[in-house]
Amino acid sequence: MTKEEADNGRDDMVIDVPGQANAVPDGFNANYLRIYYGKLFPHADMFKWMSYGNDGKHPGCDKSYFGRREFSFTLENDIYIRFQSFNSVTELENSIKEKCPFKIDIGPVYSVDPAKRHAYAQSGNNVFTPVERELVFDIDISDYDDVRYCCTGADVCLECWPLMTIAIKVIDTSLRDDFGFNHILWVYSGRRGVHCWVCDGKARRLTNEQRAAIADYFHVYKGNENSQKKISLPGLVLHPFLARSYTEVLKGFFEAKLLPNQNLLASEERYEKILEMIPDASVASELRRRWQENKRASMSKDDINIVRWEQLKSILQSGKQKMQGLRRCVEEIVFSYTYPRLDMEVSRHMNHLLKAPFCVHPKTGRVCVPIDPNNCDEFDPTTVPTLSQLLEELNRGGLRQDAENEWDRTSLGESVAFFRTSFLQPLLKSCKEEIENSYNAKLQQSKNDLS
Amino acid sequence: MEVFQSHRKSSSNNVIVSILPFYRSAPPLEVRLEDFEFFAMDRLRVLKGISDGLCRGKKPEEMEKLVVDLWKANMRHPQAVEEVNKDIISHFVLRLVYCRTEELRKWFLSMETTLFRHRFRLESSEAQRALMSEFKLPYKAVSNAEFESVKDKLGQVARSMGQNLAAADAIFYKVPFEEVPDLVSGRRVFIHKGHAYVAMNQVVSLVVTQFRSYISKALILTNRKWTSTIREQEKDRLTPIVEALCTSYLGPDYSQPQEFGEISIKDIDQVAKTSFPLCMRHLFEKVKEDHHLKHGGRMQLGLFLKGVGLKLDDALAFWKAEFAPKVSAERFDKEYAYNIRHNYGREGKRTDYTPYSCQKIISVTPGIGDHHGCPYRHFSEENLRAALVRMGLSSRAVEDVMDKVHNRHYQLACTLTFEAVHGSSCDAGINHPNQYFIDSQRVLQSKNGSVA
Repeated sequence: MTKEEADNGRDDMVIDVPGQANAVPDGFNANYLRIYYGKLFPHADMFKWMSYGNDGKHPGCDKSYFGRREFSFTLENDIYIRFQSFNSVTELENSIKEKCPFKIDIGPVYSVDPAKRHAYAQSGNNVFTPVERELVFDIDISDYDDVRYCCTGADVCLECWPLMTIAIKVIDTSLRDDFGFNHILWVYSGRRGVHCWVCDGKARRLTNEQRAAIADYFHVYKGNENSQKKISLPGLVLHPFLARSYTEVLKGFFEAKLLPNQNLLASEERYEKILEMIPDASVASELRRRWQENKRASMSKDDINIVRWEQLKSILQSGKQKMQGLRRCVEEIVFSYTYPRLDMEVSRHMNHLLKAPFCVHPKTGRVCVPIDPNNCDEFDPTTVPTLSQLLEELNRGGLRQDAENEWDRTSLGESVAFFRTSFLQPLLKSCKEEIENSYNAKLQQSKNDLS
Repeated sequence: MEVFQSHRKSSSNNVIVSILPFYRSAPPLEVRLEDFEFFAMDRLRVLKGISDGLCRGKKPEEMEKLVVDLWKANMRHPQAVEEVNKDIISHFVLRLVYCRTEELRKWFLSMETTLFRHRFRLESSEAQRALMSEFKLPYKAVSNAEFESVKDKLGQVARSMGQNLAAADAIFYKVPFEEVPDLVSGRRVFIHKGHAYVAMNQVVSLVVTQFRSYISKALILTNRKWTSTIREQEKDRLTPIVEALCTSYLGPDYSQPQEFGEISIKDIDQVAKTSFPLCMRHLFEKVKEDHHLKHGGRMQLGLFLKGVGLKLDDALAFWKAEFAPKVSAERFDKEYAYNIRHNYGREGKRTDYTPYSCQKIISVTPGIGDHHGCPYRHFSEENLRAALVRMGLSSRAVEDVMDKVHNRHYQLACTLTFEAVHGSSCDAGINHPNQYFIDSQRVLQSKNGSVA
């Protein structure tokens, strides 16, 4: 570490142990954050994103747009400040560097600058109101605690993380194929889940009612610890969305991964949970009887879970089953274990605040990095860069002349590059087009009006 | 709309906007005062028929047929112009009648919307498309080629809802998904690249929703106008008509017993057991038990018996005999005979009183010592159940009846009772105790070839 760097108030991190000159102890604190916000956090990219093309270069740009966006900061000691707004990238950057928030949330774009909201509230005409907001989703693995036996609560490992992966696949496919959205950003929440930001203009302008409709469209898993049957798939066949999700994602994952990895049928306690979902008591008893007799799969080398699952499917799907409720029972079981469990409230309202990408999670120190939905199988939450790791990498890199692109010499580089090429650039291109088209249309309209 | 008295002027505006009006504004027509009332009553018969059909849980196909029949019976006119005018005029008159309370508005809105829904469905596709463009709905019909390419998925969606992709629904509309949040929400449509493929019957829902929302707002405005100006202005002319219309009973009045001629005293006991509705059975049993009935009960039962065919002399003999243990013959002649004669139109202003309809009976509230009114409404649950069992209903039937009672569908409860007792269905529903009696006799006669 050079003298300059040392003088920048990072003394507490200097460890004068030979061979460990660059090591940075694990942790999360204001000092680390200060460096992070100083050198690594992609302020300019966030600004470009949130401007949605309104950079003033085109006459059709809305210069007030960025300034009407709400940010909220959670400071050290849990001090929470809302309705922060900024008029330029510099203001944004300076405020973040100065306040060093432990968490940054992004809110909606309002009708007027949030800082001036009190002036407008007086008129009583509801003039201070959200006008745009990304369509967002939040999936948290702790909502799956009843179907994963490897971890509980905030913990996550490579055995259960795939539940998030398939959630991404199901939702992402539907957002693109069914709803026609294109500009979708998936982000690791830093500890135990994922967030989704749908940024198309159409999505940002959805009303609360329309957001609720989309959330309901995705709402299949309905229940809590008090309800017994949480998935109900009536009807002779599944809706194309559910059918596609089942055949392309859920079935394969359940049978090949979840079932054996979580030993869902290996013990009585676990298989009872599945037997409970079978509405026909005689079928359930028949299976129970068989499995009680056959405590291990003595005959075959195959995984006991898979053997038993085949038995279950064979009985339920045989043509002999007349009872109405059994028709979709197999699918219902698979859906209960694997179908995405969204937090409905997050998606329904425009004014819901959501954590900004590239924040650092206070409990894990991990950065909220984007996830590539086309490669989400490869994503490993246990190897996401941590704050201390990044600072260590910075140290190793030594002094650099250019202050820009520091992330390039750290593990964060990959994430920022991905953010730019896969998400930001296509989005901005599309925004520019939208602004131009809208501007030209207005010009044409006024020409028509005058003539 | 101008309302004229006495003489008819030819309508100067023979403008037909479309066969199915949206009732956007009262057209500049001239109406005779009599037509004002009669048109409205005809339309009211249609709306009440629809109300009945809905209460009886008729399926959509049955409702559609019912609407066609009701319209044909009440609203048809050989000249299309006249029919449209009557349609529009009657709607606007009924708006005045039904705008006045929340409950009335709710009922009217519900019936008019149902009427509109079925009439819309019956229109040709061109007419429907024209109507949709009037409502400015941004729906584009799906081309045949495109339909073929998504047919499988559309069929899947239909079957996922327990329906079939019928040929009739082969018309689909492509709509931005944002326009149909309800359908998206319930996964009742196929969505692709931001467009929802909406079936014809779902489009109907959307048009109907617009219609409903429009009428709902219009009713509130009408109420304001009614309360602030019209009611006062028209207090000698239209207002009494309007106020009478919403409580009118529109069926036959049973004042002249027709089919079964006379019933004599000796028949009464027998027919009471087999063909009286619960309200009259109860009164009859109480008379036998208490040897007395208070005024309300005497009126309700007395007029009913008149409608059933009991002649005046027999009526006098009946009441006298029943009251005998408590009322001497002289006192009877002095205090009760006059009223009975009055009911038969032999005294006073000689009005031949008509037996009470269900509507009227349900609306009264019996006091202490009274036994009239509608038992489905006023009996305690326990007493009602016991009474139904005494009529011979199975426990399953009792549950069904109680279910209607809990939902305050008293006439429906009585209808179910009728059906349970007679083992045959009563499609028209019970609206009048004498109707119950006649229908009952009809069923029994066809079974036994004799009266009761």
